[in-house]
This record gives sequence, C-alpha cells and structure tokens, in this order.
Amino acid sequence: MSEFQQKCSILGRDRLAPDVFRLTLQAPKIAAVAQPGQFVMVRVVDGLDPLLRRPFSIHRSFADGSISLLFKVIGKGTAMLARRCVGDELDVVGPLGNGFEFSDDRPVCLIGGGMGIAPLLFLAEHLHSTGRATEKDHVLLGARNKDELTPLADEFSALGYTVQLATDDGSIGHKGFIPDLLDFVLPTVEQVYTCGPHLMMENIVRQCQQAEVTCQVSLETHMACGMGACLGCTVNGKRGLVHVCKQGPIFNADQLEWSL
Amino acid sequence: MGKMEKSVMESGSETNLAPCGMPDLRVQIGSLALRNPVMTASGTFGYAREFANLVDLDRLGGIIVKGISLQPKPGNPPPRIVETACGMLNAIGLENVGVDRFITGKMPYLRKLSTPVVVNILGDSVEEYSEIARRLDGAEGVAALEVNISCPNVKKGGVAFGTVPEMAARVTEAVRRFTTLPLIVKLSPNVTDIVLMARAVADAGADAVSLINTLIGMAIDPVSRRPRLANVIGGLSGPAIKPVALRMVWQVAQAVSLPVIGIGGITTAADALEFLLAGASAVQVGTANFYDPSAAENIVQGLNDYLQEQGEDRLVDIIGTLKTGTD
Repeated sequence: MSEFQQKCSILGRDRLAPDVFRLTLQAPKIAAVAQPGQFVMVRVVDGLDPLLRRPFSIHRSFADGSISLLFKVIGKGTAMLARRCVGDELDVVGPLGNGFEFSDDRPVCLIGGGMGIAPLLFLAEHLHSTGRATEKDHVLLGARNKDELTPLADEFSALGYTVQLATDDGSIGHKGFIPDLLDFVLPTVEQVYTCGPHLMMENIVRQCQQAEVTCQVSLETHMACGMGACLGCTVNGKRGLVHVCKQGPIFNADQLEWSL
Repeated sequence: MGKMEKSVMESGSETNLAPCGMPDLRVQIGSLALRNPVMTASGTFGYAREFANLVDLDRLGGIIVKGISLQPKPGNPPPRIVETACGMLNAIGLENVGVDRFITGKMPYLRKLSTPVVVNILGDSVEEYSEIARRLDGAEGVAALEVNISCPNVKKGGVAFGTVPEMAARVTEAVRRFTTLPLIVKLSPNVTDIVLMARAVADAGADAVSLINTLIGMAIDPVSRRPRLANVIGGLSGPAIKPVALRMVWQVAQAVSLPVIGIGGITTAADALEFLLAGASAVQVGTANFYDPSAAENIVQGLNDYLQEQGEDRLVDIIGTLKTGTD
C-alpha cells in the first residue's frame, strides 16, 4: 500500500445539519488508490494549534480524483475545519490503514451510527459499483434526529439498498437504537460491517456473536501520526495491544476485547 | 533527488560530498559524519520504513530509531497520547520489538539506506544497557548509539539514570566498555541543572549529548475528573517546549566541549537555526514528524537556502555564532 502527502483544494463544502459538514477535496493520488474503510490525516490549519492532524474515514471516493469527508463539530479541530472555505487548501496524508474485507455473494448488513456512517457510504458505493451488492443486503443507520440522517439515508437508498433508520428523538424511523432493529435483520445476513459510537458497536458485536455472524468494526481513537510511528493509538486486542492506524482501523470483532 | 545525484551519494568515499556550488551542510558528531545536521528523533520516526512513501530518507542527515530494550516491551495501556496547546503529552511506555528482533527484522531495511542509522537504547539496569550495546556493536549498519537515560515513563530505574549524575555516568561508562560506536547520551530536562548531567556523561566517555527529551507533564478531563493519560503523567513534546530546550542547549554547549545535538519542538528551518546558533552541532526533528512528515526534508532545504542568503559556504561556520551582549 502507498500513501501520499498532498495539498488538497476544497471543492465543496456542504452543511448537512447545523453541526455536520461534508467537505469534498481534490485529492487525485489518494482517490486513485483509496479502499473503503481507509482514512486520511488532515491538518485543519497550517499553524501549530491545534498541533496534530485529525483522522477522518474516507466517506466517498470519486473517479474524478476527489474524496469526501464527513464530520461533526465536536472540538477545536473540527470547529476550525468547519470554517474552511471552498478554494482553501488542506494538507492531507493518506490513504492510511487497512480497509474492509469483502467477498462476493454474501448478504451483508451495513450499520452506521452518527459520523460512523462516513466510511459505510464509501463501502456501499464500492459494493454497488463492483457488482457485489445484492437485494438481500441491509443498511441500518442511526443518529440523533432526522436532520442528521436524511441526506445520507437518501444516498444509500439511491444505490438500491433497503435502508432502516433509528433516531434518538423518533423524528424519523424507529425511536431508539440501531441494535433494536438488528435482531430482525441478522438471520438474513452473513456479514456485518459497523462503525459508530463504541457502546453501539459493543451491542452489535454481542448480537453478531450470538447469531454467529461475522462482524467487521471500524475503530476511532486519538492518534498523532496515523502511520505506525507514534504508537499512541493502541486498543486492547484479544492477544495484547493493537494499533488502530496500522492493524486497523478495520478489525474483525473477535480480534478485540469487548467489555459487554 | 535525481537518479544521478543519488548514485553519487551512494559511491563510498563521496557519500557526503555536497553538490558543486551548493553550501556544505556536513557536520561531524565525534567520529560520526553526517551529510547535513537534520536527524529524526527517536520514537517519532518508527523504524524509518513507516515514512518511506512520504519522505526521501536518503536526504536526511541521520535517522534515530525507536528506543530498543533487551526484551520486547508491550508499552502502557491506552490512552497513551493527548494533545495540548502547541504540543502533546505521551506515555507510550517504550513499546518496542526488543534488540534481537530489531537486528533481524528492522536492520536489513535500514542498512540499505545511505543515511546513518543511530540506535536509541534503553534499559532498567546498567547490565541491560551494556548487554544491548554489546549485541548492537557487531550489528552491520549501526552508525552510532544514543543512550536513552531520560525517558520519564518507566517506573523502575529509568528516572534515576537520567536525574542523578553518578547514575548517568555509570550507564555511560558501562555502555562505553561494550561499544566502539560513537556514543550519544540523551539528556532529560527534568533536572535541577542539566549542565551537571552533561558534564557527568562527558567525563564518563560520551562522544556527544543530545537534549532535550520530553518534559514531564499532565492533563486532566474536568468532566470525568480523570487524567487524560492512563499513565496519569507523560512526556510533553512539540513547539510548546522549544524555548526551554533552546535555553538548555545553549547552557550545555557553553559548558562542555562535546558536540551537542539540539532537540525540542523543531518544525522549521528557522527553529533548527536557533539551535545551531545556540551551539548545537546537529538537531533532531521529533513531534513534527507526526504532524508534518515532510518537516525534516523541508528543514534541510531551508538550511541550504539560509546559507545561500547569508553568503555562508559551510554550515559548520554558523554553529555557536549567537551574538550576545554588545558584540
């Protein structure tokens, strides 16, 4: 695998919800080799505060050499990134990490919670464009409310996926959590892909274990470099500590320690 | 770097020859010759291969690999890093593959590079330091050792080696007995008087000192009321510590005759120049490798440009030329 450090022009900036943004970047080298599940490290400003790059899953990758990132404003770094404008340049390193593994003809379920939806749209588009998507596939998406969910849900639907939604406030879909929906879907699928809040993923992993369905998870941690040098992004694996940036961010759920 | 230029760099005795008409960036650290003074600091550059796609490793002055212990170490539990204002705290806990796997697994790649590879070594006892030095002494491709007496994260021994002059001297003497390689001792800033530490290791046989390692710090999450690092305390690095590092390098460079290698928050050529003017013979780029993998390469270019602008032919001529008082 190869990665690049590129100055990327911001081609598009969409505000999907009051604090949710989607940036589209001109990143031809990265887009040419990016795999679903991989991430990039973005320097949100050129100065020294914040000092570190921020990791973002690749949300979409296009044949015209652009990539999209999806993020919610949660701290100083994302707040500064949200203020960047079309035409600005961002220093981006990527694509980094491994990607999702997929095989043909296995019905799958993609489960995204909040910003965890980001890498799953890239995965869905990739499965679709490579002829791997089937009518038996499912997509379950969860978020706080309708505003956060609708534009993204429409994009999965446009690919032909059966999409079910869950929101905290019930403004669209099921009022409650994604794991409530999963019990009905699990008997019909052979592979689950999930990314989202840790508690959500823990519940999903437990359900998958009980149903004996394999599950790939995408993890998020603090990391300084994204390239295996800082060794800061460790999590507990079944056989000792693992590094999210190099051994992940995609793991088979049974590689990791789960507390539930 | 063009193909022809690279082949010249690789041809034995001409390895460090500056291209015609360009300023001469070569520096000497004891018997260790560097094509330029810009090295990558231990623990921030992995085993170099991690950066091979992003950095022309053959343009660097030197590569200092992740600290190596006698046995592999798993490191500390997460979370291990936290960002702070213009800096970061880490408590990685010296995670590394151990000296034997380093030699068999990492050296074959490293020895193919034209850039000198310095191995940072660490131990829990004088005997451990000696044994690592002994095993590395015969290893092909190791250009020098950097003795890490200053990592703040190990619970036993490590801190005392870095903070008690007699202990630092004992480690230095012991390693000196087991190696003929150039010996750099990396000093901790977490001491009352770093000049005492520098003198102690100089007298004990060090060929050079590098400073500073991280400053011990801490960060707390007010909501959970818990420390942000699982290890509670960790080492502060990045631009936030540069003024402290610069002051210490200046003090040590005045006090000892050994070459001094400056480390601490260096991101740009201007940062590197501050250390060189203060008396450092070389510098190490550390945390900057994380947020800008091209930093070290850019600094090499920036030093070159500075010398041309200043009408200087040789980098060594500006080392320690800080003007103080009325001169």
